[in-house]
Amino acid sequence: MGRGIKLEAEILETDVLIIGGGTAGCYAALTIAGSSGARVIIAEKAHISRSGCLAAGVNALNAYIVKGETPDTYLDYARNDAAGILREDLVYSMAKGLNRVTRNMERLGLVILKDENGEYASRGRRNIKINGENIKTLLADAVESEENIQVLNRVNVVDYIVENGKAVGAYGFSIEKNILYVISSKAVICAAGGAAGLYKPNNPGFSRHKMWYCPFNTGAGYAMGIRAGAEMTTFEMRFIALRCKDTIAPTGTISQGVGAEQINGLGKEYESSYGTPKTSMRLYSTVMENRSGRGPCYLKTEGITEEQEEELLKAYLNMAPAQTLKWIEAGRGPARQNVEIEGTEPYIVGGHTGSGYWVDTERASTIEGLYAAGDVAGGSPQKYVTGCFAEAEIAALSALNHIKGKSGTAICGKRVAEILDGVNTFLGGELPLYSVEELEEAMQKAMDDYAGGISSGYTVNSGKLKLAEERIAQLMELGASLRASDLHGLKLIYELIDRLWVCRVLIKHLEARKETRWHSFHENADYPARDDKNWLKYVNSRFEDGEVKIILRDLVKRDEAYEHNN
Amino acid sequence: MSITIDTSKCTGCGKCIRVCPGTLLYKDKNGKAESRYPRDCWGCTACLKECLYGAVSYFLGADIGGMGSTLHTKRDGHFLHWHIAGAEGEERVITINQKESNKY
Repeated sequence: MGRGIKLEAEILETDVLIIGGGTAGCYAALTIAGSSGARVIIAEKAHISRSGCLAAGVNALNAYIVKGETPDTYLDYARNDAAGILREDLVYSMAKGLNRVTRNMERLGLVILKDENGEYASRGRRNIKINGENIKTLLADAVESEENIQVLNRVNVVDYIVENGKAVGAYGFSIEKNILYVISSKAVICAAGGAAGLYKPNNPGFSRHKMWYCPFNTGAGYAMGIRAGAEMTTFEMRFIALRCKDTIAPTGTISQGVGAEQINGLGKEYESSYGTPKTSMRLYSTVMENRSGRGPCYLKTEGITEEQEEELLKAYLNMAPAQTLKWIEAGRGPARQNVEIEGTEPYIVGGHTGSGYWVDTERASTIEGLYAAGDVAGGSPQKYVTGCFAEAEIAALSALNHIKGKSGTAICGKRVAEILDGVNTFLGGELPLYSVEELEEAMQKAMDDYAGGISSGYTVNSGKLKLAEERIAQLMELGASLRASDLHGLKLIYELIDRLWVCRVLIKHLEARKETRWHSFHENADYPARDDKNWLKYVNSRFEDGEVKIILRDLVKRDEAYEHNN
Repeated sequence: MSITIDTSKCTGCGKCIRVCPGTLLYKDKNGKAESRYPRDCWGCTACLKECLYGAVSYFLGADIGGMGSTLHTKRDGHFLHWHIAGAEGEERVITINQKESNKY
């Protein structure tokens, strides 16, 4: 161990600690600053100006209540897409906030397309068109202008500090300076994003991070909650995106923008022969066409006008520049070449599907003082960017309510010393035989082969899941022996460990739901049919006494105010 | 998926280093930006857009169809010019008015 660096502790104290300065985290902080004098610390792994899912920008707001629609019709759409497994109370309360948060973003400077009557121009029934290239910098600038918000950039949070069953803060290390921050707070909001990198990706070589979801979102928020014993929900509803081949750029802009249909290698439209269109069915139909030998599949863009092509080139520069570069480099844009599509590896991401913390209607987790918003919060699919804002607003107001009249808990010196020792363990001693990178590949391979990755057609069965469980347990043991020689290396170790924890819980969820409700997302070969008689239920889990225990819960309806009771 | 940095144009201002969501960029021994972990780049292009000197370019890996073209940006108020330079030296520029919404 050449340098032999060691971290030193620095103690901080605040009213509300927000973990993750992305979409939800920034909006939660702005909500608190706008409605109270409470002090906030945002702990962010990168730098809030461009961190998280919005780094490259976003091309449209996919969750908005357009004229003629209501929060009820939004809920109907989300319920149908999730085949009934969602928290109606959560989706409904989120949907009611969508238009308010959109207006707030416009006030911060977001450019939104308007029609001749001055109303937002819609793209379909739920989307509005924007220029979202700078959406994250607008948010970050607003956060940085608030006196009561302190941003800790370059801080990788490791775990919550839980005392007597209550979240009283969290700790994390700087990836720039040899400092371990121990932060005590009256409430914690987790907004750390979802989990990428669990499965072998589409492009496993040089471009391994050319993926749909932010590759730097490594499931830390879920893993911290799991280790602390928080209840999690619906991990088995994985998200798999249908994307442009190679660049893994979004397809919605093409399919909705120029009305391109999905065609197979024979030039035939295929999606309609697979029943009602749903997010999972657009993917599943593509998987099945390929499996039947009728691939590759495309979005049919040949014949669009030059003007349409020019607009597509621009639209992609605002969110996924790789696709524009690819078109130009190929010398043939979408007007002269159909766009090949493929499914990505699976992700766990609560902004699209239902995976994440089991929260009450106020977005409180099952650990007192701990709230969740955005991609880490479960039960509320189809959130997208605006839904994450709306949920962050609810979580922030709930956290403010919680801290009223409360004083913080000082973290005792003995606890700080234990925490410091735990993290410093990874910075000492001999480098082990295996590197983080090798263990990461081993994890992705095991998940791909045995837990329904791309190469297994997204399909699982109990025998394979058993093998996945065993392999992940072995890798967790090896993970504990990893050592780093610098702070970037330390971050990579924790990112791997967090993903292994997410895999462990995910495997249990995939095994627990004994039906197939969402094709591809959860394709259970042992139980290939949907079973409404037995499985209109949430599959939840909690890590207790060294084991992941499965809990089945009844569906929560729209007008219920759900509270944690047992 | 990765970037290249033209050290003759890089002034060492550190803006690209600051914004990388993966914290993959560092200063080299001459104080210029370098991508220390090229395989970990997401391709978000935050670093390109931050660079005032056109020193940072982005390219597609050969594994995803790259043929040697590079992409960099120049900013002019609310206009963002995207320069795509082909392997043979030909260049195409697409300009985006950031005050205008996407059509799609």
